[in-house]
Parts: sequence; C-alpha cells; structure tokens
Amino acid sequence: MRSVLARRHVVDVVSKILMGAATAIGVFFLFWIIWTTLHFGISGMHWDLFTKDTPPPGTNAFGLRNAFVGSLILLALSLIIGVPVGLMGGTWLAEYGFHSRTANAVRFINDIMLSAPSIEIGLFAYAIVVAPTGHFSAFAGSVALAVLMIPIIVRTTDEMLSLVAGDMREAAIALGAPTWVVITKVTWKAARAGILTGVLIGLARITGETAPLLFTALNNQFFSADLFHPIANLPVVIFQFALSPYANWQQMAWAAAFITVMFVLVLSLVARWFLGKVQVPK
Amino acid sequence: MKRFAVITLFAMALATVFSTGDSKAATSLTGAGSTWVYPLVAKWSAEYQKLTGTEINYQSIGSGGGIAQIKAGTVAFGASDMPLKPEDLKAAGLIQFPTAVAGAAMGYNIPGVKPGELILSGPVVADIYLGKIKKWNDPALTKLNPDLKLPDMAITVVHRSDGSGTTFTFTDYLCKVSPEWKEKIGENTSVAWPTGVGGKGSEGVASYVQRIPGSIGYVEYAYLLETHEAYSRMINSDGKVVSPSLKGFQDAAGHVDFTKAQDFYVILTDKPGPETWPISGCTWQILRKNAPKETNMEVMKFFDWGFEHGQNMAESIAFGPLPPSTVQAIKNYWKTELGYGL
Amino acid sequence: MNGTDAAVRTEMGPVSEEPKSSDRPWRLSGDFLFHKAAVFGAFLAAAALFATVIAITYDSWTSIQTFGVWRFIKSSEWNPVTQTFGAFPFIIGTLVSSAIAMVLGVPISFGIAVFIAEIAPAWIKRPVAGAIELLAAIPSIVYGLWGLLVFAPVFANAEPWINDKFGAIPGIGLLFQGPPMGIGMLTAGIVLAIMVLPYISSIMRDVFLVVPSSLRESAYAMGATTWEVAWNIILPYTRSAVIGGIFLGLGRALGETMAVTFVIGNSNVLSASLLMPGATIPSVLANEFTEATTKLYLSSLIYLGLILIAVTLVVRFLAVLLIRHLGRHEGAST
Repeated sequence: MRSVLARRHVVDVVSKILMGAATAIGVFFLFWIIWTTLHFGISGMHWDLFTKDTPPPGTNAFGLRNAFVGSLILLALSLIIGVPVGLMGGTWLAEYGFHSRTANAVRFINDIMLSAPSIEIGLFAYAIVVAPTGHFSAFAGSVALAVLMIPIIVRTTDEMLSLVAGDMREAAIALGAPTWVVITKVTWKAARAGILTGVLIGLARITGETAPLLFTALNNQFFSADLFHPIANLPVVIFQFALSPYANWQQMAWAAAFITVMFVLVLSLVARWFLGKVQVPK
Repeated sequence: MKRFAVITLFAMALATVFSTGDSKAATSLTGAGSTWVYPLVAKWSAEYQKLTGTEINYQSIGSGGGIAQIKAGTVAFGASDMPLKPEDLKAAGLIQFPTAVAGAAMGYNIPGVKPGELILSGPVVADIYLGKIKKWNDPALTKLNPDLKLPDMAITVVHRSDGSGTTFTFTDYLCKVSPEWKEKIGENTSVAWPTGVGGKGSEGVASYVQRIPGSIGYVEYAYLLETHEAYSRMINSDGKVVSPSLKGFQDAAGHVDFTKAQDFYVILTDKPGPETWPISGCTWQILRKNAPKETNMEVMKFFDWGFEHGQNMAESIAFGPLPPSTVQAIKNYWKTELGYGL
Repeated sequence: MNGTDAAVRTEMGPVSEEPKSSDRPWRLSGDFLFHKAAVFGAFLAAAALFATVIAITYDSWTSIQTFGVWRFIKSSEWNPVTQTFGAFPFIIGTLVSSAIAMVLGVPISFGIAVFIAEIAPAWIKRPVAGAIELLAAIPSIVYGLWGLLVFAPVFANAEPWINDKFGAIPGIGLLFQGPPMGIGMLTAGIVLAIMVLPYISSIMRDVFLVVPSSLRESAYAMGATTWEVAWNIILPYTRSAVIGGIFLGLGRALGETMAVTFVIGNSNVLSASLLMPGATIPSVLANEFTEATTKLYLSSLIYLGLILIAVTLVVRFLAVLLIRHLGRHEGAST
C-alpha cells in the first residue's frame, strides 16, 4: 500500500516537473524569438527607413518607405472589402438566421475557413483576379487578405451581436423602428466594442501574411500607390531581403520584422482592451 | 442619408486618386526575370530614374519566371540568361537581344581555406554536383590542390531552387565537361538535382554558402564581389588555371559573333583561350512583338541608354559591355522585327 | 398601434418576420435592401470555401488531365525540363514535417495546458497564458527569419551530436544522418512545432477549464493527485475537443508556408534522413510559382495546391466537428 502511494506521488511530482518544463520550453522560445527580433530589429532601425524607398542591391542605403505605404494601402483596401462583407455576414447570422439549420451550416463553414492556409487563399485570389486580368495587382492582394479576414469578423460579429440584450431591441421596435434601423442604430451600436475587436483581430491576422501576396501583389522596388499593378509591401520585402547575402538588406529585413511584430502586438493589445469594454448580459 | 452620400463621394475620390497610375508624369514599367542581371538592371534603373523620371521596376524572380511572365504578357520585358531558340521565339511571338556579358563562379565556405586558394576543374565540379564526390578531402580534390589542407568535411551542394538562367549556363558547362552529367541530368533553367540544398535566386545561393560550413554553390560573379565571399579558380578548356574576371568573360565573348547569330542565340561556356573563364554567359532581354508600341519603345530607350551611357557602371560590377557592332546589330534587329525602332 | 403589435410579436418570433408595413413603403425597401445585403454577406462568407476549391480545380485541370490522380501522387519525378511532374516528394515532405511538429508539439501543448489550468498558482497563470498566446501573434515570416538566421546556426552545432548518437542506431539511424547544415526537415518540424503550440494549448486550456468543478473536486477529494486528475478525469472528458484542437494544429502545420520555406532547404529529392533538406507543397509553391514557364508547369503547381487543400479541408472539417461536439454535448459554459 505504501509503495503504491509512493509511486503515485513520484509520478505526480515528475509529471508536474515535466509540465513546468514544457511551459518553460514554450516561454523560452517566445523570449528567444522576441529578443532576437528586438535586438536585430532595433539595431537595424534608421530614420531613412521611413523617408527613402527600398535600395537596389550592392549599395549601402536604407529605405522601406514604399513597403510601409504599400502595406498600409493593402490593409486599408482589405478593410474596405472585408469589413462590410464580414459585418453583414455576422449580422445575418445573429439577427436573421439565429440557430436555423442554414445559419448553423454557415457558422460551420465559416469556422473551417477560419483556419484556411493562407497559401490556399493566395492561389484562389490568383485564380480569380490575377489570371483573368493578366497581371499582378495590389487589388488582388487585398482580395486575398480580405478573404482571410472575413471569417474572423463574421464570427466575432455574430457572437457580439448575440450578446446584446433583447430589451434594447424590443424598446426600439416598440418605438416603431424598422428592422434595419434597429440593427444598425441600436444593436450595432451596443456591440460596437466587440465588433471593433473582431476587426482589430482580423487586421492582426493579416499583417505579416506573406504567402498570399507572393502570387497576387508581388513587389515593387519603387514607390507606387497604383492599385492595379504590383505594389511594395513589408512581408514580401522581408522575404526577399532575408534570403539575400547583403548586410544592409538583412538589417532592413529585421527592422521590418520588428515593426511588423510591434504593429501586431499593439493591435492585439488594443483589441484586448476593447474586449474588456464589451457589455456581457447579467 | 447625407453622411452616406458624403462617404460615397469621398470613396470615389480616393478611388480616382489611387487608380491613376499611368496618368502620372512619370512612366513606369515592370520587368522580371534573371537574378544574374539584377545587379546591372538595378544600377541602371536607379540612374535612369534620376535622369528621366521613368521607373523601371525589376523583379528578380529567376529566368524561368521572366520567360513565363513575358509569354503571359504580365510584364513589359523578361530577362533570361538562357536564350530562347529561334523557333520558340517565333512560336511565342517574342524577340530577344543581349544585354551584357558576365560569368558565374563557384563560391565556397571551407574553414581554413582562403578566397581564391581553391582550384576546381569542370569534371570535378560535375562529380560534386552528381553527389559522387562527398567530402572535401576526396582524392580528386586533393589532386587539384596539393598545397591546401582540405578538411574531412562533408560537401553541402547548393543549387538554385527557382528557374534560373544561371542554372542553364552552369549545367550547359557541366554537359560539355562531363558526359555523365549530360546523359543523366541535362541542361535547363531548372533540372532534377541529384543532391543539395536549393536557394532562391543567386542571392539565396550566396546566402546559403555564407551560412553553411563546407558548402559550395554557383553564383553570378557580381554577387560574390558584393558579399566578399570566397570563390574558386578553375581550370579552363586550355588547361590553364584562371580566376573569374571581366577580361575572362570578355575573352569568352570574343570567340562568338553576336551579329551572325540568329536572334542573338550564342553560348559562351567552355570557350578556348588562355585567360578565358569557363562559366561565362550572356543575358538577354525578351520583348513581345504585339505589346503596345509605347511600352516597347520605353524598354528600348532604357536599354539603349544603358548601352551608350551605362558601360562604366556595368564594368564596375564585372559586367562586360557589348561591342559597338553588336549594339548596332541590336538596333537594326529592333527595326526589322518590330517594324519600328529608335 | 404598430408598435404594440411589434412588441407582442418579438415575444413570439425573430425580428425579421416583421409585418409588411403598408403605410411607409420606403421603410420596407430599407428593410429589404438591408436583409438582402446581410444574406449576401453570409452567402459570400460561406461560398468562399466552395469557390476556392472550384477555382483551384479549374486551374489545375490541365495537369489533372495529363497526369491523372494516382500517377501524379505516386510519381517522384519533378522535372521541368522533360515536363513530367509528380507530387510524391512534396506530399511526403508536408506529412513528415507536420508529423514532427505534432510529435513534438502535442505533448508540450498538453503540458502547458495542464500547467496553466491546474498547477500554476494564480499569479503565474495570466502572464504565462498571455506569453503563450503571444507566440500566435508573431507572423510566420518572423518565424522563418528567426529560424534561418538564428536557430539554424545554433542547431547546426547540435546536428553532429544527433548524427553521432542517433545516426549510429541501426534501422532508424537512417533518419538522423547528414551534414550539419542547420536547415532541413527536422529544423522545419521544430519551427512548426513552436508555431502550433499556442493553437493547440489554448484550445486544450479552454476546454480543461470547462470541465465541471464538481468532477474535479470530487476526484481531488478522493485523494487523486494532480496528474491523475489530469490524465484520468479531465482528458477523457474533453477528449473530442482535444483531438479537435490537435487537428486544428495539424491543419496549421500542413499549410504553413513562410516559416517552412526559409528552413527546409528546398530540395525536390526524397531523402530518408531528417537532417537533409526537403520540400513541402507550400514551400515548392512559394519557390516555383512565379517562374512556371509552361501552362502544364503552372497547372501542376496548382494541382499540388489542390491536393493540399483536399487534405487540410478534411483535417479542418474534423477539427471543427470535434470541437463543437464537446461544446454541444458536454455543456459548455457559454
């Protein structure tokens, strides 16, 4: 009896140590990656990165301006395409579909799309935008990013709208408001913190996505705001510069990686803050 | 309602601002292809943009990519170090012309061996890439380098993972010096490599060689100059030990006559001569015959400027300029093939 | 009047079944338009799945016609010169790198989840949980960058040790032989494992917390140790969701592009050893897509993408099914 007890105790202690070790491993890698990104990224930062464009190889110049602007344009365009679709889709689920079989099927499919590999979406955008139009474009890149973002926004909108208390809706209807006014002026407004969280999480997801842009927006060594041609962007620039043997390019790759990580972190923190402001029903 | 209208107007205004593209004062062209020629085109286009405002946006995605993109019409010009055969050009409605002469060298990373110390020969390189010679202290290597202390280290072969004209030039050379390579592997922009790691672009290969001890890779010479990596000397077809150099590439070019070759289809590897570099090559620009006239004119203007004014820049990164007779032949070719010229 | 009717009706059914108001036609069109817009949004979101599969099948048709299905999957020859293409090395590469990621990642994720849910004191719980979730926020290209420029050189120092110790074992030793390049299949698997940690562990942690405390407390009350509660009570209870979480991580690992492309070494040749370079479907797509010189080449690459989609669809479908199964039957708190 004693030996069984002792064995169980040993197993328990050993397993606790292993669990702790597993967690330590996870945290260790996190710190290693963040630390190297900070270390190399900050040492690669220059004022020029924001004022000059990407330099050709073999020079000792620095510049990422066209990539920053290009990435911001891609993000903005993805928002313009993705937020309306995601918002309306989530609204349909919460306000019209409820728990009908169709609505649950849509939720199921949406969840599957949530974990779609980004390269798959890149191929899709290539097939429906680049191949028919015959050239790479910022527009194609935004389509790919929007498709990646929509499932997140649909899901959070659906969940956040469902959380809105029924009394608010009923009060609005009692005042004679038509359905669409109830939804837009009351329900959306009440859930705006949560919906915004979804948008921010979606943005964080698509920042730094490289694979879909490889087949759609490609890259551009010059400054360009043209939506119908290749556009410079941070992730593809990081890809190109990191695999090169030039010291200044590698430094810039780290600086760009650092800025991307910071951007995503800020977005996540702001999203989390907004989530804290979501009103949960009593 | 009013707010909605305002937002729509604003959005339309934004849309018009962003989609102007070509209506700006500066013209902009996209070219894509060979990483071999990228250092040259990048230097030329940076200078050209300062002088004329025209932007030449070049994506170095490999010669295979350049050929694919120009065939699909998604770029204004495609750059390839593998010349297309005249029948292929005709079938696809394309024309090609040479840009400059350069060479590829074997970069290596062997602890204890300094740049330029290693000597290789064509058959030995073929055997390394076939996977038959696996270690640096293999007898075949020590025979060529009796004075060097080569370590007992595995050779990591680095090749291109993307479609590359540099690969074409390199494998063409290997076919000439190794019957086994010719039979088993052949030559093209992308081949079934029996062994090794694949780097993306010449930059990728140079980068891997920098990082992996015991590695060897074929890289366009300008990249090795930029990164100050070690590169080996080679035994050329005359049996002399030569270093890669601008003169070595130009000596190879001296043995061909561009003006007599149809569609400028020439191969520069393994040419005779005491100082000729064995892995020399040329690089071509490919245009579509039925592209808009303005596009082709802009491309021709850019390269014509490069031929006239860009020679010093080219030579500074070991790209050999074409002789004036060839440049004149190119201009005539444009006129005859396209129906218009500069 | 209208309003009281409406208030009564909301008690009975969804708002969308509002009566057609006869006195204000413009409101009806507002409702109509909005409803249609909402339906359209939902339709687009759902249709994206099918549209993706259809569009990619369409673009790979040339290759499907040329090589068929079985021949393409079994063939190891990827030769742009002779225009013969086969998927086998890439399928194996994808499966092997993901398998390594799962073998390494799942136990560690389990350990993290149990640690956070059961073992850690309150003041460690939140920061550690936050730190692990941070791993998910790092873009995959940063993983690739770190993997190639930081991890691979360090790992290259460990590889001779692996080669000597494991490579000498007869049989499986073949898996561990090779020059110390630092990059290769094993490195790719390790980086993937780190990438899937946050996904699997956060799902595990969420479902562990959902286990009714009455179950846990009664087990503790009977004298069970933490490990016994975790292994014998919590895990069986959350089994389907845990498997779903593992599938989710697997789906992520199968489709990961950038991190793998940087460190896998890009060799289209099948090699027995994990220390040698290889290629996965996403990495070959990233490397060769923009340079496919012929229609057949491009179509074959897209065909590879189709195979990947088919595999990940099955995995993701099972993942969602399993995770929802727990939520519905075992009483989730939401």
